[in-house]
Amino acid sequence: MSQTMMTNTAPLLTVEHLTMRFGGLVAVGDVSFAAQDRHITAIIGPNGAGKTTLFNCITGFYTPTVGRLALRHPDGPNKGKEFLLERMPGFRISQQASVARTFQNIRLFGGMSVLENLMVAQHNKLMRASAFSFAGLLGLPLYSKAEKGALDLAKYWLDRVKLLEYADWQAGNLPYGAQRRLEIARAMCTEPVLLCLDEPAAGLNPRESGELADLLTFIRDEQKIGVLLIEHDMSVVMSISDHVVVLDYGRKIADGTPHEVKNDPAVIRAYLGEDEGEELPPEIAKDIPDAARRAGEGA
Amino acid sequence: MVAIDLSPPRPRVAWPEALKESALAAFVAALLTVPLVGLRTVDRPTGLGIEARPQDIIAVLGLVFLGRLGLCLIREGQAAVVLVLALAAAIAGFFIQMPAEAMRVVLVIGGLVIAIRAGVSVATHRSKLTQAEREKRMDRVGAKVQEASRFLGPIGIVFAAVLPFLPFADRQVIDIGILLLTYIMLGWGLNIVVGLAGLLDLGYVAFYAIGAYSYALLATTFGLSFWACLPLAGVLAVIGGVMLGFPVLRLRGDYFAIVTLGFGEIIRIVLINWYQVTGGPNGITGIPRPTFFGLAEFNRSSTTGLPTFHEMFGLEFSTLHRIVFLYYVILVLALVVNLFTLRIRKLPLGRAWEALREDDIACTSLGIDRTKIKLAAFAIAGMFGGFAGSFFATRQGFISPESFTFIESAIILAIVVLGGMGSQMGVVVATLVVIGLPEMFRELADYRMLTFGMGMVVIMLWRPRGLLAHRDPTILLHKRKRAGAEAA
Repeated sequence: MSQTMMTNTAPLLTVEHLTMRFGGLVAVGDVSFAAQDRHITAIIGPNGAGKTTLFNCITGFYTPTVGRLALRHPDGPNKGKEFLLERMPGFRISQQASVARTFQNIRLFGGMSVLENLMVAQHNKLMRASAFSFAGLLGLPLYSKAEKGALDLAKYWLDRVKLLEYADWQAGNLPYGAQRRLEIARAMCTEPVLLCLDEPAAGLNPRESGELADLLTFIRDEQKIGVLLIEHDMSVVMSISDHVVVLDYGRKIADGTPHEVKNDPAVIRAYLGEDEGEELPPEIAKDIPDAARRAGEGA
Repeated sequence: MVAIDLSPPRPRVAWPEALKESALAAFVAALLTVPLVGLRTVDRPTGLGIEARPQDIIAVLGLVFLGRLGLCLIREGQAAVVLVLALAAAIAGFFIQMPAEAMRVVLVIGGLVIAIRAGVSVATHRSKLTQAEREKRMDRVGAKVQEASRFLGPIGIVFAAVLPFLPFADRQVIDIGILLLTYIMLGWGLNIVVGLAGLLDLGYVAFYAIGAYSYALLATTFGLSFWACLPLAGVLAVIGGVMLGFPVLRLRGDYFAIVTLGFGEIIRIVLINWYQVTGGPNGITGIPRPTFFGLAEFNRSSTTGLPTFHEMFGLEFSTLHRIVFLYYVILVLALVVNLFTLRIRKLPLGRAWEALREDDIACTSLGIDRTKIKLAAFAIAGMFGGFAGSFFATRQGFISPESFTFIESAIILAIVVLGGMGSQMGVVVATLVVIGLPEMFRELADYRMLTFGMGMVVIMLWRPRGLLAHRDPTILLHKRKRAGAEAA
């Protein structure tokens, strides 16, 4: 866990005063934070806190009501270039700003094979190589070379998420945990600078969660990209995050290292309720300090 | 009610329930048949009159009652008895003259369907297959056919190529061949939009109409040849597709389908009302026939200064030459569409279409511009529709808006859906069923559409995803072991 904050360099993603209103409902209200490159930034909060809405704003599924979302490429061809995500249509955010995401309820191309899922992820690269299919239709070597490269990348990620032997399976027939891993592999095949994961550990058993944590650390340390993570599984969040942002009712209530966050009284209050609980039944009142301590230790 | 024990060791048949169920089925049938079959308008000297046909109703009700009873008995474990009775009924219907023609048709078909059902039941010792089991079985068949299409495809192409030279190929056979190939081409074209990209297009006939009128107008006003007009018709259909596409493609699902339906109707109504250009309901006559690639014409004596085909090749003049030539033109056009689809599926564009069908939100998250992809599908399918349209115009020599009604779109869509979305072989099989069978049973004139409808209902009940709905991956990492091994 790299605890040193790279405060001297500009952050990968800067969220400033982000507000998203649906009619009268403020789903996200005036949230500002920064996500560093090569860091895992976790966004946590109780159900309905606005985490997924925040994600949808960052990945272009919603246009925020107010706010600025600036993504700065740390290196690569667009080094130093800043993308204002709130002004880009959804597909451009992945295509040009290189932000990839996964979904809370898995969205694979279920009828297609595992390998095809990863090939579709490399659509833009291959489209250019096949000259919008013309070169591909004519079978020019230009395209076959690009396809081979894409296949190698797909194989690399299949191997990484331990799905190599299932490459020709229908994605919809994979077990649940494998589908989660495949979705991460698919997002990584777009070669992003920022990977946004929406509850990747939901529905995984403890062993699978452990593997997921290893995979995410690998992505951060070896692929050298930033990861933005929504997660309810505190064991995952606390063990791998470099930075935690806590939301409650659409507002940011805490922001800091996992250690700082778990001792923050506002966070404990949001998760466990006000503890000036007046007439609590004795058996519940007895449990509360216990529960607070457990949450503090990160379960 | 007396319970009759047909075979003592078997469980007793619950006759009251079975009779009640059969009576209910007959009642529902009565509600449908009284207005649809029982009443018929006839043209009398005094005006339009209504003729009642009670004997037909009684025949139909009796058959529905007995059929349902048969199904109940199969469920009760009396399949063998039902099998014998149903077969007997079918044979009787086939050989014995019945008071009503409808009764005969229903007797034969109904008897056979129930006999098949009973036969399956006897063979498997099971009174009922679950939906999942049925799906699995049919999937296995689909996978086998897909496997077989590797060699069935080339055989089919060779057969289609030599068909005009086979001894039984007379003018009628080749004409039916042209008709089938036209629909196969349209089906393959629509398959790009519906089967691959998953966009339900109810107005495909609009492109067919644009292609046909483009050729007809260009040829009759500017005297351009078929071979010059074919690409132009394609281009115009693409323009039509893009014009429709831009406003429409932001819609999804049902809304999208409704708008394409509207587009099809707009084109047809423009054709009817813009009579200064399109000739209105009278259509366009005297559309020039194609020449032999601009080298020769297919007339007895030359009319345009080109040499005639039979003189050029030193043959006896025959009107069949033109028909055979047309047959090959549509065969090549259809194969071009097929080849295109088979190749594009393995390219990023084709994969993106299929991904779009599976999940369009995930597509956006992967940086795929949905609008561009959908537009490409629309434009390409439109182009093939346009080609087919101009071929239709040159074959008929006459076109009118009547050829481009909604029912055409529906038939093409039915071909794609019945065949199994996205399956190239499925389109061929479905065309043979949907277009070929009614052509073959022209003698049954009145009941042709009835059986057509029944066939559709039966296919959709037994095989909701289409006859040959089986998808092979477009790229494999490991060597293919056996089909179905990966179907899990």
